[in-house]
Amino acid sequence: MSDEKFSEAEPGLSEPPYLISVIQNTLKDYWRSNVKIMMVLLGFWAIAGLGCGVIFVDALNVFSLGGYPLGFWFAQQGSIIVFVILILIYALLLNRLETKYHTKIKALRKSARKDKA
Amino acid sequence: MTVRFWTFVFIGLSFALYLLIAWISRVRDTKGFYVAGRGVPAAANGMATAADWMSAASFISMAGLISFMGYAGGMYLMGWTGGYVLLALLLAPYLRKFGHFTVPDFIGDRYASNIARLVAVVSALFVSFTYVAGQMRGVGVVFSRFLEVDINMGVAMGMCIVFVYATLGGMKGITWTQVAQYWVLITAFLIPAIAISIRLTGQALPQIGLGSELLEGGYLLDKLDRIHADLGFSSYTEAFDGPWDKANVFLVTLALMAGTAGLPHVIVRFYTVKNVRAARSSAFWALFFISLLYLTAPATAAFARYYMIDSLQARSAEQLPAWFRNWEKTGLILWLDDGDRRLRYSAGEDNEIFSYKAGKVVINGESMSLAQILGSHQEWIASNGSSGRDWRPVLQEANLSGPDRDIIVLAIPEMAELFPWIIALVAAGGLAAALSTASGLLLVISSAVAHDLYARVINPAASEKQRLLVGRSVIGVSVVIAGLFGIFPPGFVSQVVAFAFGLAAASFFPAIVLGIFSKRVGTVPAVMGMITGLTFTSFYIVASVYGGMAPWTLGLFRQGISPQGIGTVGMVLNFIVTLGMTPFCREPSDEVKKLVDLVREPEGEMSLLEIEKESPALRG
Repeated sequence: MSDEKFSEAEPGLSEPPYLISVIQNTLKDYWRSNVKIMMVLLGFWAIAGLGCGVIFVDALNVFSLGGYPLGFWFAQQGSIIVFVILILIYALLLNRLETKYHTKIKALRKSARKDKA
Repeated sequence: MTVRFWTFVFIGLSFALYLLIAWISRVRDTKGFYVAGRGVPAAANGMATAADWMSAASFISMAGLISFMGYAGGMYLMGWTGGYVLLALLLAPYLRKFGHFTVPDFIGDRYASNIARLVAVVSALFVSFTYVAGQMRGVGVVFSRFLEVDINMGVAMGMCIVFVYATLGGMKGITWTQVAQYWVLITAFLIPAIAISIRLTGQALPQIGLGSELLEGGYLLDKLDRIHADLGFSSYTEAFDGPWDKANVFLVTLALMAGTAGLPHVIVRFYTVKNVRAARSSAFWALFFISLLYLTAPATAAFARYYMIDSLQARSAEQLPAWFRNWEKTGLILWLDDGDRRLRYSAGEDNEIFSYKAGKVVINGESMSLAQILGSHQEWIASNGSSGRDWRPVLQEANLSGPDRDIIVLAIPEMAELFPWIIALVAAGGLAAALSTASGLLLVISSAVAHDLYARVINPAASEKQRLLVGRSVIGVSVVIAGLFGIFPPGFVSQVVAFAFGLAAASFFPAIVLGIFSKRVGTVPAVMGMITGLTFTSFYIVASVYGGMAPWTLGLFRQGISPQGIGTVGMVLNFIVTLGMTPFCREPSDEVKKLVDLVREPEGEMSLLEIEKESPALRG
């Protein structure tokens, strides 16, 4: 995961007000997508840990995974594996989202400069 | 080569390594001292976080806990790992974006109030001190068990080591030492687990072995369930069969999760990386490295449980294995026969396996020693009951039935009949776990006092040099205080550590989450919420653990709420109070709203440098 990739995206101080408000709306979109991703992943977190590991554990224990009763497996193995994967997915998705919005904002600035010229 | 010789070699080598790292990474400025110059790579920070996180209790006691609790032990596994999901998704990236050095920094600036900052400082100090005292004690216990030196001598040696590398290198020294400590502790944990897995099931991966058939036939877990049923213990895999019901497992799991995410020494680790991307990936690496131990612990627990019962049950004195004879001396496990010369371990009155703790067995005001008990019981058997005494009911009364749970991890290399040097490695691993956690906590204590109190409240005009000096002195003093706690442990420490999570869940977690995800929540509701959560949770814990209050059922639960799970209720109360008061209180100022916006933006829109420039504390 590379760093300092976006250093050229520093905001100019002399930007026209309309551009600032467009950028602000874009940033709001970014925040909304971030919250959406987060909510979905937290949903999986709750289902795997508190759901399969605690609330539905007795029902899941009817099934088995090798020598493991399934509910017991979720409580002592499965939930942890799911947690690791969830954090990985979040890091990857957010990196992509950030890149996407950086490109978008850069394009907005570029077209604004063109308009001015 | 004896175990003792190897233990000296391993502990000596690992300590030399820690000191060497400390010398290489010594620092000269506060940024290096508090946040390692923000130059720690994500994966290295992940390892350091893992070592920071996994304490003496995780290393030595957790597998034992699961071994004796079966399914219900899973609440510690899920709680202490699930918290990282909350941390990674809700806190870490935003706090890193915000910059600064500490958790009280964020609370103080976001709620624009020194009272909020003080509440946060007090909570951070309270949580960290109780936690660190347990670690220092852990250092002493490892020393005394493996090297047969005095516990206090062991604590003093641990103190010296931490003192050197924490004052010299601050967060930078601590971080790189923790990376080394991670490898020591994970190797020490995995090798015995793999060895016993191969021995019992033929599988090299303990996680697969746990769900496999034993070499002598039948699934391990099935067999364990049957043994438990025969001996009168609650089922190993069946949920809610023992003393833990569904509501309490749920509450404790959630309290541990939110508490993990709210613990200041974990959060502060995410300030040390270069940028927000690195904070996110470092949360992944942290949980990945933690999961290596946490996925292995339940396997170790079940293997050791099975092996222990299998190698002891119905044996005569001559047939008892060597590991039992070695650990018998420590009092962690002892056999008090009923006269039939056959060992019987069970959950009932006829149990013959106990453990011994100094000061726990008191007869007529006199504390009985292990030798006194064994001698008198021997006499009782030899004389057919006419002299001596049957000690089984006495120990049962003193809650000492069954072996000490720490024996699971400590004795497993011997159960698996590994080389003596591996037993020594476990000693070094236990020390690494205790020292790494202690040093991380000491840094939080130092930063709470030297940065949050001194540099931000008492003397904001202090020069860089003064700040660094204060930081170093505070860490030095805290090492000494923590050591004293370890030598003279206040009776409440071991219990309070478990409750630190409840307090963190009820105070920090809601305040930080709302601070990031709501722009509307202002100072007064947040402070009131924190105070409500803290007061309620500590009241319930103190009243039910020390005051003899019957646990509440609130008319909803069959059993009362366990004090370990009350943090969840405290957290909900905190959220209710804060959100309930918000519409009636003043909105945060525009400046604070701008700060929240900055924290939410994707990285690079405004560089981190500019955020740091905006903070007065960093201008000096």
